[in-house]
Amino acid sequence: MSGYTSVTGDERREMLAAIGVSSVEELFDVPAGVRLDRDLDLPDGLTEAEVYERMRDLAARNADAESEICFLGAGMYDHYAPAIVDAIVSRSEFLTPYTPYQPEISQGGLQAMFEFQTAMTELTGLPLSSAGLYEGPSTVAAAGYLAIGATKRRRFVVSGGVNPESRDTLATYSAGYPAQVATVPLADGLTDLDALAEAVDSETAAVFVQYPNFVGAIEDLEAIAAVAHDAGALLIAACDPIALGILRAPGDAGVDIAVGEGQPLGNRLDYGGPSFGFFCATEAQIRRMPGRIAGETTDVDGRRGFVLALQTREQHIRREKATHNICTAQALNALGGMIYLSWLGRRGLVELGELLVRRTHYARETLAAVDGVSLLHDQPVVREFAITFDAPVGRVLDHCASAGIAAGVPLAEEYGNGLLVAITEQRTIEQIDRLAEVLGDGIALARSAGAKREEVTA
Amino acid sequence: MSDAVVDPPATAEVPTPMQRDRATTIYERSVPGRRAAAIPASGVPGGDVPIDELIPSRLLRDEPARLPEVSEPEIVRHYNRLSRRNFDLDSGIYPLGSCTMKHNPRINERVAALPGHARLHPAQDPARAQGALELMWSLERSLSEICGLPHVSLQPSAGSHGELAGLLLTRAFHEANGDAGTRTRVLTPDTAHGTNPASVTMAGYEVVKVATNEDGGVDLDDLRAKTDERVACLMLTNPNTLGLFDRNIAEITGIVREAGGTLYYDGANLNAIMGHSRPGDMGFDIVHVNLHKSFSQPHGGGGPGAGPIAVSERIEPYLPVPRIERVEAGSANGSNGDAPHVRFELRGAEDHPASIGRLRGFQGNFGVFVRSYAYILSLGGDGLAEASETAVLNANYLLARMSEGRAGRYLPIAFDRRPMHEFVLSGSEAKKQLDIKTLDIAKRLLDHNMHPPTVYFPLLVDEALMIEPTETETRESLDGFADAVEAILAEAEQDPEIARQAPYTTPVRRLDEAGAARNPVVRQDLG
Repeated sequence: MSGYTSVTGDERREMLAAIGVSSVEELFDVPAGVRLDRDLDLPDGLTEAEVYERMRDLAARNADAESEICFLGAGMYDHYAPAIVDAIVSRSEFLTPYTPYQPEISQGGLQAMFEFQTAMTELTGLPLSSAGLYEGPSTVAAAGYLAIGATKRRRFVVSGGVNPESRDTLATYSAGYPAQVATVPLADGLTDLDALAEAVDSETAAVFVQYPNFVGAIEDLEAIAAVAHDAGALLIAACDPIALGILRAPGDAGVDIAVGEGQPLGNRLDYGGPSFGFFCATEAQIRRMPGRIAGETTDVDGRRGFVLALQTREQHIRREKATHNICTAQALNALGGMIYLSWLGRRGLVELGELLVRRTHYARETLAAVDGVSLLHDQPVVREFAITFDAPVGRVLDHCASAGIAAGVPLAEEYGNGLLVAITEQRTIEQIDRLAEVLGDGIALARSAGAKREEVTA
Repeated sequence: MSDAVVDPPATAEVPTPMQRDRATTIYERSVPGRRAAAIPASGVPGGDVPIDELIPSRLLRDEPARLPEVSEPEIVRHYNRLSRRNFDLDSGIYPLGSCTMKHNPRINERVAALPGHARLHPAQDPARAQGALELMWSLERSLSEICGLPHVSLQPSAGSHGELAGLLLTRAFHEANGDAGTRTRVLTPDTAHGTNPASVTMAGYEVVKVATNEDGGVDLDDLRAKTDERVACLMLTNPNTLGLFDRNIAEITGIVREAGGTLYYDGANLNAIMGHSRPGDMGFDIVHVNLHKSFSQPHGGGGPGAGPIAVSERIEPYLPVPRIERVEAGSANGSNGDAPHVRFELRGAEDHPASIGRLRGFQGNFGVFVRSYAYILSLGGDGLAEASETAVLNANYLLARMSEGRAGRYLPIAFDRRPMHEFVLSGSEAKKQLDIKTLDIAKRLLDHNMHPPTVYFPLLVDEALMIEPTETETRESLDGFADAVEAILAEAEQDPEIARQAPYTTPVRRLDEAGAARNPVVRQDLG
């Protein structure tokens, strides 16, 4: 109903007169053959209240983490985001500007990027950070593109511990780059180092691992870096930014590029986005980095200020020679991430990480004690682990859902029949105990349901 | 003497309060021991064991990452202070060409924040995320109708991501036809957005530039000369970055289609034509739509956005996965009579074996879909057409105002044809006659509390100013912008140095970008 426009009928006539035409149609210098000679086949506009009602009804048909107990993870996690994140990122001054092409009136956004970059270099132990890319899996693909440019090689070796969605994304992009992708399996939850050494060769541009990996285990980055670097390949690690609060920084363990999904840092689940991706690298890659980077400088009077730095890497300057095609990214989400990191602070991030480790180990022991449940591996974990069981996963999940619990993410076939279970600080000991109870019932029921159903249908 | 209707703003020697307030980072506010978050106790029965009993110490950090140590009030004050050092769309006219800086309705924010949207985990069982999938499916159908193409994937995260998707789709299409090996070239006009050629390279193709004719459109002779069996795709924006609708569009798409190439439409300028003309009807196969431009997703200072793609039948088999399927079954529960039971499913590569695969994690920037769908619901078909009409009216009115007086003299239009939602002026006369560059005009506009147009783009226009006011602006704000430019030019007639040294009133003045490029300082030295 509201087109969010202001021009009245009188104004329209006066403006048309000023232009020197008599109708708006005359302004559309569009050949007749490609003019749409009918109205769009879309419903009529709604009032604001009607829009709210329609959207509320749709939202009500989703089982969200407010209405059930959520043990889902696989890259995005139900952490508590403090109210200040919403309050600050909702401010018009952050919400509504474009990319900061005019630095004199964009100092707030540019400085926030600079602060974000600093925080991410601290977390990853690498000296360079972009101001943010789209999300986790596409940062993995972006790192591959950098590796091709840096090594002039076109082969990737990817650990089976990398999130299957990241591997799929890398494969999609690699059809274009082009590059070949080889996968190395896991052995007892960790990347099989012997298989890795065998797979990496003199044509390998990069080795990809995840830290902690998809099934929750903490890879030995240093050992993997040695394999990659011996062959002249880069080591790329997709990292969980919360886990980096307690784990050895990837840059200190020989990782060349650390990327990852930023959602755990104060961003909403939002059914998968928008969140942000982070991208950090060694100094050697400074001219190959993807995405915006803010840099510190001074103005003509000597005042401290910030600008978009190293723009000669970017598409709007370099066009076909750009290091990446990215333009609009996820600046507001990265700001949310920075506010969250400030809120946690130096000690809070460690405390959160340690809390996750303790509750996750507790959860793993508790679930392992459930009849029918096995652990996929018993490596140390930070916030997520994989269990297997001998019952249809869908039916077990349905049972848990009926008890108000989203018990976990079904494992892909390559890992086994089971679930990936994620813990956040919002998952209490009582909830974990309840999960064990419900999961045990679910497995028992699912095991017997098959037999019963056969009887009924017979 | 100046006869400008606008009082020239200060060129004061005395710094403004904000200029005197030196930029301080959150790290510089940090005081050891301060904190905001309270982390609960683990509550693990039997008490906490040392962390290195659970994870070997060789895998652990020696020292915490040096994050700021600040209290909550300090965080709020810090980012509030930063926010005031930004200009934003809610503060005034923001006529950045090709960026479509239109109003961001707050109802969209409200519905995006509903817990059913904001706290919905992306790995939730699709059977328990039916509202989200129906929303996405409905948005797909709406974009299909607006673009005039039958199939849609919402997955790409931004326009450039949609471009890459389109080129990967093109590759898959040619592979299926057996000539991917020989089709190595992608045609783009020299007016194209920078993302186009960058995407072409990322997708493993070679860029071939097509010239612009004197009308501001694609040079047909040059296009014909460069179109052969090596062409994989033509990427085009229409109206193009000059704001001009290409009169030969049907012929252009015909030439490339005839030669076996695919047709890619960069939807950055879709705001000009919604409900008036459709890329599918022009002959395009693949269109990306910038939800953060035409469909009111706030730009966030550089994202988030989303770049859904709409495609033709011949491209459909290759669309990214997962895809949303609407399934109608007869009465699912038996007892419910004959009412069809509708459900929405996510389908992967097993159902779409020809798919190019996944372009990113999960299902896309769903929060952006919520906002854009709310926008489409608010406007309806008529409202979208009216938005485009007003955008075109506003641009032409502003052009009429800027064709008079000094702007007409010093900033002539680059291609003298009726533009649509944006137009491009050349600052070459201002440079020649007044000795001020387009950059100087842009910087002086900042002192008028207005965002400058896009400058120095498109590249083929000397000293370009690319102006897109959008339907959001009132006549008064358009007049205000024209008056401000007039005042700047009048002032420059008297003393060009004023513009050359501008801005004066912004939180910082002109910044040393060259120095930042030579000696990049891209993180704070924490010692």
